[in-house]
Amino acid sequence: MTALLTRETAQSIPADGPILSARAVVKRFGQTEALRGVDLDIEPGEVLAVMGPSGSGKSTLLHCLAGVLAPDDGSVVFDGIEISRLNERQRSLLRLNRLGFVFQFGQLLPDLTAVDNISVPLLLSGVRRNEALKRADDWLERLGLGDAGQKLPAELSGGQAQRVAVARALVTNPTVLFADEPTGSLDSLAAEQVMNALLDQVKAAGTTVVIITHDPRTAAYADREVIVRDGRIPAGNGVRSA
Amino acid sequence: MESSLALLGLLCPQPSYGYDLKHAYDRFFATRRPLAFGQVYATLSRLIRDGFIVALGEEAGDGPDRKRYAVTDQGRDRIGQWIFTPDPPNDHLQSNLFAKTIIALLIEDDAERLLDLQRAEHMSRMREFTALKREADIAHVLIYDYAIFHIEADLRWIDLTSARLLELRKDVAQR
Ligand SMILES: Nc1ncnc2c1ncn2[C@@H]1O[C@H](COP(=O)(O)OP(=O)(O)OP(=O)(O)O)[C@@H](O)[C@H]1O
Ligand SMILES: [Mg+2]
Repeated sequence: MTALLTRETAQSIPADGPILSARAVVKRFGQTEALRGVDLDIEPGEVLAVMGPSGSGKSTLLHCLAGVLAPDDGSVVFDGIEISRLNERQRSLLRLNRLGFVFQFGQLLPDLTAVDNISVPLLLSGVRRNEALKRADDWLERLGLGDAGQKLPAELSGGQAQRVAVARALVTNPTVLFADEPTGSLDSLAAEQVMNALLDQVKAAGTTVVIITHDPRTAAYADREVIVRDGRIPAGNGVRSA
Repeated sequence: MESSLALLGLLCPQPSYGYDLKHAYDRFFATRRPLAFGQVYATLSRLIRDGFIVALGEEAGDGPDRKRYAVTDQGRDRIGQWIFTPDPPNDHLQSNLFAKTIIALLIEDDAERLLDLQRAEHMSRMREFTALKREADIAHVLIYDYAIFHIEADLRWIDLTSARLLELRKDVAQR
């Protein structure tokens, strides 16, 4: 089990069927039923947009898919692993080694330069500092951030900061990248640059992507979209009918 | 877009052969299919007739693509007038989609579903344009931007209408 949680073994697992699969997932916060039985299959290498009104349960769904939250009912299977059976330590290992995250803002460590921010996940998973910085530098280049490496987050534009966040999320070569409104605070051009950079990298690496967005222009970069409404994904939308 | 004005505008920087003009047009303006030669020459003869361009030094016996064309002062004025006259904003006050939504509510059919079907159709077109845009040169990026923003406007209307369906359904039922 623990072996599946690390990146090294990930590539050897045959990618047959969905990489991520939710069945009848329910999540409550007190009286609020945020997810009311969600079914969703995500194929390996697929870029999926999750859309839907505010408060419909998109972020809650993402947190359940990524093992951040444990569902109250139903199952989430990632690459053959039933996530809800993992303990907290195993889930955090899974997130560190197999998953990447990008949020709307405020995710970079303010006292670290861009290149240091990108190297953090590598250092956490035991890569030596010199090697980590070398790889982080390479990611700066790939995302068109060549001259921003020594800047602090406060000195970056919103679009640059998001590209640093994308680099940080991808530097460990995750199996699935989760993004919650990654272009939500950007203007059209900066959003386009972030999405182009993101898509170039994930398509080259075959990374699966789940991206929550209100913005149809951002969703249009995905291979398909699902709509979450009142804690549900309409039948036939999330799972291909048998 | 008026292709005759775009062709006239392309002649403003310098005189050009019909053949080159067609290719300049395709480079900037063609999206799905290139402009037909026949249409280029038909347009050019109309522009000559209207005094906006003249044909230069015809080589005897050569076809129309061996002629060079140059803009006249009158043609230049026409272009200046065209580019600095703002287009009227499109009213969009009568939309098919709005009518379908009202009728669906009136016959108590599934208005939500028709909006969902339309959303899927629009998203699919937007995905197509976004993919093309990722491969396009800067001039065509602008063309796709324009199309994408207009599809987006419809999508925003669809989302808002979907959020307002409950209220709309009550209102329609009372009339
Ligand atoms: N930690 C929490 N505690 C209590 N209620 C919560 C919590 N997180 C989410 N909720 C509730 O669950 C529902 C779904 O919230 P969620 O954040 O998943 O929506 P969303 O679709 O991401 O919305 P938005 O587009 O505004 O980000 C909402 O009613 C919200 O108030
Ligand atoms: Mg959210």
